Amino acid sequence: MQKKWVVFFCVFWWQGSNDSLPSAEAVMFLKFSLRSVFYGAGGGNDIQWCFSQVKGAVDDDVAEADIISTVEFNHSGELLATGDKGGRVVIFQQEQENKTQSHSRGEYNVYSTFQSHEPEFDYLKSLEIEEKINKIRWLPQKNAAQFLLSTNDKTIKLWKISERDKRPEGYNLKEEDGRYRDPTTVTTLRVPVFRPMDLMVEASPRRIFANAHTYHINSISINSDYETYLSADDLRINLWHLEITDRSFNIVDIKPANMEELTEVITAAEFHPNSCNTFVYSSSKGTIRLCDMRASALCDRHSKLFEEPEDPSNRSFFSEIISSISDVKFSHSGRYMMTRDYLSVKIWDLNMENRPVETYQVHEYLRSKLCSLYENDCIFDKFECCWNGSDSIVMTGSYNNFFRMFDRNTKRDITLEASRENNKPRTVLKPRKVCASGKRKKDEISVDSLDFNKKILHTAWHPKENIIAVATTNNLYIFQDKMN
Amino acid sequence: MGEEEGLHQTQLLDTMFVRGLKRKCIDGEEDIEGTLAGIKAIPSYNLQRQSLLDMSLVKLQLCHMLVEPNLCRSVLIANTVRQIQEEMTQDGTWQMINTQSTGQTSLDRLVSTDILCRSSREQAEGKQVPGYSNFNKDFEDDQTQDSSETMSTASSVQAPRNLQSNVWEMENAQENRGNFQKSLDQIFETLENKSPNSVEDLFSEVDNSYYDLDTMLTGMMSNTKMGHCDGLETFSSPTTTTSNSNCKSDLNELDHIVEILVES
Repeated sequence: MQKKWVVFFCVFWWQGSNDSLPSAEAVMFLKFSLRSVFYGAGGGNDIQWCFSQVKGAVDDDVAEADIISTVEFNHSGELLATGDKGGRVVIFQQEQENKTQSHSRGEYNVYSTFQSHEPEFDYLKSLEIEEKINKIRWLPQKNAAQFLLSTNDKTIKLWKISERDKRPEGYNLKEEDGRYRDPTTVTTLRVPVFRPMDLMVEASPRRIFANAHTYHINSISINSDYETYLSADDLRINLWHLEITDRSFNIVDIKPANMEELTEVITAAEFHPNSCNTFVYSSSKGTIRLCDMRASALCDRHSKLFEEPEDPSNRSFFSEIISSISDVKFSHSGRYMMTRDYLSVKIWDLNMENRPVETYQVHEYLRSKLCSLYENDCIFDKFECCWNGSDSIVMTGSYNNFFRMFDRNTKRDITLEASRENNKPRTVLKPRKVCASGKRKKDEISVDSLDFNKKILHTAWHPKENIIAVATTNNLYIFQDKMN
Repeated sequence: MGEEEGLHQTQLLDTMFVRGLKRKCIDGEEDIEGTLAGIKAIPSYNLQRQSLLDMSLVKLQLCHMLVEPNLCRSVLIANTVRQIQEEMTQDGTWQMINTQSTGQTSLDRLVSTDILCRSSREQAEGKQVPGYSNFNKDFEDDQTQDSSETMSTASSVQAPRNLQSNVWEMENAQENRGNFQKSLDQIFETLENKSPNSVEDLFSEVDNSYYDLDTMLTGMMSNTKMGHCDGLETFSSPTTTTSNSNCKSDLNELDHIVEILVES
């Protein structure tokens, strides 16, 4: 509140001291300051987020198979893929922009749905292998078809998604029902011609990369050479060639000789966006290791170790658990990387190992509730995070279907909610606020009334535009910025 | 224990851990001389820490049997348990907890045993134990893959604490630690081997008195009775299956195999 008046006074005082007419710069300044003051804390350059679409069932009763487990835009942003607990992949395609409707960008409609993974049973261990899709990663487009990698706990598959909009017609060698005609009855030579047909999108598995992981796969990442990729499970990271399915190289192995000594696991891994020899992996102890594959075949010795010293005043029995990193993502530039632990998002400069350059608190009000969250297992929730196309804003999810955005330049943050209540397109989302303690203001929500069953773990940002995809338990929300 | 009390307990725990500062006597002399007094002065911290320990052990033991347990979660919980254990050893309060008895009826004890020793199939069916309040009712209906969650909330904080204190009604703190360490080791062995046999081992060898009760409950006759002492004797080295465990685990395995055959 005070900020508003300070700005006003400054501007009018400045104006008052200059008797001349306001210059263009002054007007600009006035406009900018007024706008930022009145719109309050905004996520970056005054982006106003509007509801665009929501996909998924309306029921409150969630079918377990429909729980969304991963969301990913492709490199152009035209396609948006989601994976669910039932092993299905649904791909949405953005409509071509409607010239008449300049107010909104194209909508995303279902393009293809297919069953990527099926449940399996490991007979040797008498355990089920879940079909839940843990990660989807798109390959850059090289021809008319699209390719993506999808993985469950044990097996990675390369899927080809291709369109078919023509079919050959005019064969005269077969009857209507498909039986071959008696050759003696064929008297003319007819060349079939392609005729248009309804668009059909087909997905076919082109490669299956199996039997390389003893533990559960948590990450896959395609290398910038577009020929290799890595897959990481709790204790090992393997390097694959996209063409070769019967072999992979093990590049990281942190399994101790004696499993009783196990205290740390790998939680996420990613290739550097530009250096094809560099990758990072994060651990359950809050460390990130950067490895260079040129150094040795087995990258057990890191090139860099990123770790922030613990704050002694915040030490508790849960310190280690909340320091466990659930996601690591390089910036598009490759200069920075972002990590997500239970309560915060940290931005690291690859050149500085001893502490992050920026830290953003996602839901610090949960720090006093850690014991309850430990009891109900919420403390083990793995939130993901993502960058916008220009690396200026980062986004992550929280509870109560809230998600948060942090603008790295303006240092402002915003909390928004993904709910069907703001259903009308181009409705600007209202910022939300959680009241940690004390008197609850109007429109604020108290910590105790947060719904911990409604968690946003997966979010994605369009690589070029201000379009975001936010997954609640079983619904996918698409928000866009308000276009004027 | 009513729902409100259970909720109160967790809230206490929350406030306890909010600052994260260890509330132990800084002055060493005070610590040695007035241990009992010290405990009386801050009884809630130790109780809460014990609750956390029990909660953690329950979480570790009630791994979802049908699907491989989440290794990251198990490791984090195990590390928390180790941390508590270390602190308790330093405090010298390890022995203190044995003297606390909260006078639970034997019936409760039987019931709580039932939870731990029930087969995985029954656990998956999510049987709620009557008389145990589920103070996180929201999560009762949570249908995530981990059915252990149902069990974790069903066996509320009260039960495990009594469970464990009764288990560790032993004189020797050393043996406690040994047994305890053994259960941690076994958990990891189990995670490593992931065979039904070793999982049964986990249940049977953490506390054998439970096992006896369980056989009574399920009406199965076992060939040899595994006494309390046997558990202690074997604490120094992880053992392979005993005849008892064989009996029970074989039956479970058989059930499991039949299930697969029927379903496929």
